[in-house]
Amino acid sequence: MAPYESDDAVGAVRDENPHAGRRKAARYAVPVAVVGVAAATIGLVPALAASGDPDLPKITAQQLIEKIAKSDVQQLSGTVKINTDLGLPDLGGLGSSLASGAAKGSGDGSSADPKSQLTSLVSGTHTLRVAADGPQKQKLSLLESGSEYSLIHNGKDVWGYDSKSNEVYHATSADSGKDHRAEPPATPKDFADQALKSVDDTTSVTVDGTEQVAGRDAYKLLIKPRQSGTTVGAISIAVDAKTGMPLKFTLTPKSGGAAVLDVGFTQVSFARPSGATFAFTPPKGAKVTEDKQDSAARKHTESREGFAQGMNGAKVLGKGWTSVATFDTGAKGGLPTGSKSSDVGGFLGSLGDKVSGKFGKGTVFSTRLVNALITDDGKVYAGAVTKDALVKAADAGK
Amino acid sequence: MSRAETAPVSEPVPGAEPLPGSAVRRPSPLWTFGLLRSELVTTVRRWRTLALLGVLAAVPVLVGIAVKIETRGGGDAGHGGQGPAFISQITNNGLFLVFTALAATLPFFLPMAVGVVAGDAIAGEASSGTLRYLLVAPAGRTRLLLTKYTTVLAFCLLATLVVTLSALIVGALLFPLGDLMTISGTRIGFGEGLVRALLIALVVAASLVGVAALGLFVSTLTGSGIAAMATTVGLVITVQILDQIPQLHALQPYFFSHYWLSFADLMRDPVYWDDLVKNLGLQALYAAVFGSAAWARFTTKDISA
Repeated sequence: MAPYESDDAVGAVRDENPHAGRRKAARYAVPVAVVGVAAATIGLVPALAASGDPDLPKITAQQLIEKIAKSDVQQLSGTVKINTDLGLPDLGGLGSSLASGAAKGSGDGSSADPKSQLTSLVSGTHTLRVAADGPQKQKLSLLESGSEYSLIHNGKDVWGYDSKSNEVYHATSADSGKDHRAEPPATPKDFADQALKSVDDTTSVTVDGTEQVAGRDAYKLLIKPRQSGTTVGAISIAVDAKTGMPLKFTLTPKSGGAAVLDVGFTQVSFARPSGATFAFTPPKGAKVTEDKQDSAARKHTESREGFAQGMNGAKVLGKGWTSVATFDTGAKGGLPTGSKSSDVGGFLGSLGDKVSGKFGKGTVFSTRLVNALITDDGKVYAGAVTKDALVKAADAGK
Repeated sequence: MSRAETAPVSEPVPGAEPLPGSAVRRPSPLWTFGLLRSELVTTVRRWRTLALLGVLAAVPVLVGIAVKIETRGGGDAGHGGQGPAFISQITNNGLFLVFTALAATLPFFLPMAVGVVAGDAIAGEASSGTLRYLLVAPAGRTRLLLTKYTTVLAFCLLATLVVTLSALIVGALLFPLGDLMTISGTRIGFGEGLVRALLIALVVAASLVGVAALGLFVSTLTGSGIAAMATTVGLVITVQILDQIPQLHALQPYFFSHYWLSFADLMRDPVYWDDLVKNLGLQALYAAVFGSAAWARFTTKDISA
């Protein structure tokens, strides 16, 4: 203690103690308040932004479908979020190793090949960028962490560029006009076209109000199957009120829960993208894989249809939503044979349920949307139907 | 206050606590810059800081030489997509070494260096017994804390620029420069590439703002500099491990390291801003929360060392 420290100073400090305690509490309230404000902002801002569906003139379902059919959007650019939840077990490394094995089997193992990139879209959440300027120029980019895969169609050329491995895939197509098909189905429009193809008397189609998608006013078209036995609950398509372009596509399963497939624009612009977007020259030192003309077109068609409908050469049993695709693998034993068949087959077998019926015996593999029956004599039945409907279809098909 | 006015400030009273704000006269605003300058000089002159910067400068050199040796025979670097982001593009353009080096140092080396400097900021002074002398000077605790934080932020920028410059020099020496390709497959000129490299360096420096605030807060909790540094660096590692656990995906968007690698989005064409904006917002939130927590702690705690 300093000699001039007086007694009343000590007393003053003692008197200040409760005051200091209050001050301490008040100061610690500041970080707590900051956390509170941040939490409130995070919680409330999306709710406030989403409030209020746009007010649009009434429209019938028929008119809306016509509007989609008439829609002729030639120029656009935007960001698409695609979320797939088939309820498949998250195989991670195993899935990609199987996929890469398949890619190697088809000839070249280039990671810039659209086929090897497409498989990644089957599960999880992905961000894509699309740009289009007429039928001659399209670009589709798959955004990954720190890298990007771009598929560019410009006139006769189709380029695939994988920035992660610095590999380039190149194909030329004589029939460039038709090469629209080279683009994999990734935009809400592609899925909406598929869904509207199936609209017939087995389906109820209604307009289910309006909503805002990517900052644009949109009508909601609700497609519901009337048949029982399908696993599809409902399909909801948000259609841009001005251009008639589908902006969002959501498929919910009958079992409820999260959407199996949710594809929607998060940002969209109908202005013409700059020409540089579609210009591509392979960078120096990149490995370029050339694809032959005819095989390129075939491969793209195949990959597209493989993604959307199932394998080529499949027979379709039944109609509407309960239709079941069937094909013969020709393989006895029921499960795919190959170099790795013993362990892979055993593993797959453990995932499925054994069933039997008039058709014989088989294994049913279930996902949240698609069920598949592989019989012991090598036939495959698959469709967006319940297990019972699948067995019934197999019995009838026998 | 009459006692404080009579007591000469330059002569610390043993045992008596320097009260915050009990300054003799209002220091001129320029005085803050004097304090900041002396803090900056003290920080940069430390051998420890120089060693950290040396390690950071060595990373691009190692990466550059490794890629050069690996691709000497015409092979491709990165083995089809392995390794840090952008590594396979380095052979096309030396500028990509900047991005690779930043991607390689951002998960560990940079936050470690920042954690050491931030953790040392208050606790280091306390453990060496110099904190009370700093507080006796008519600066006030809030001002001292702000100065310390500014110094740590300046170090974030300095450390990032050291990596960037070292990578730029090594990239220019070992690999060709010129027009470069964005990861979206479009071409941009070298000038725009340099601008983007600088932007990326600034974003990486800003990504460290959260760690800096966290380190400063930890630093006010303890009187031991080593403990504060170890806690901060440990937190950086722990959070990054938690960020890899899929079961915690609901929490992960709030981890300060979650959007760190979003700086790569600046190399897309057009730039994809969503994650970048989220990253900067998150860093600002961490700075606000832990900065104010550090302030609450530091302005009310008893300084005993």
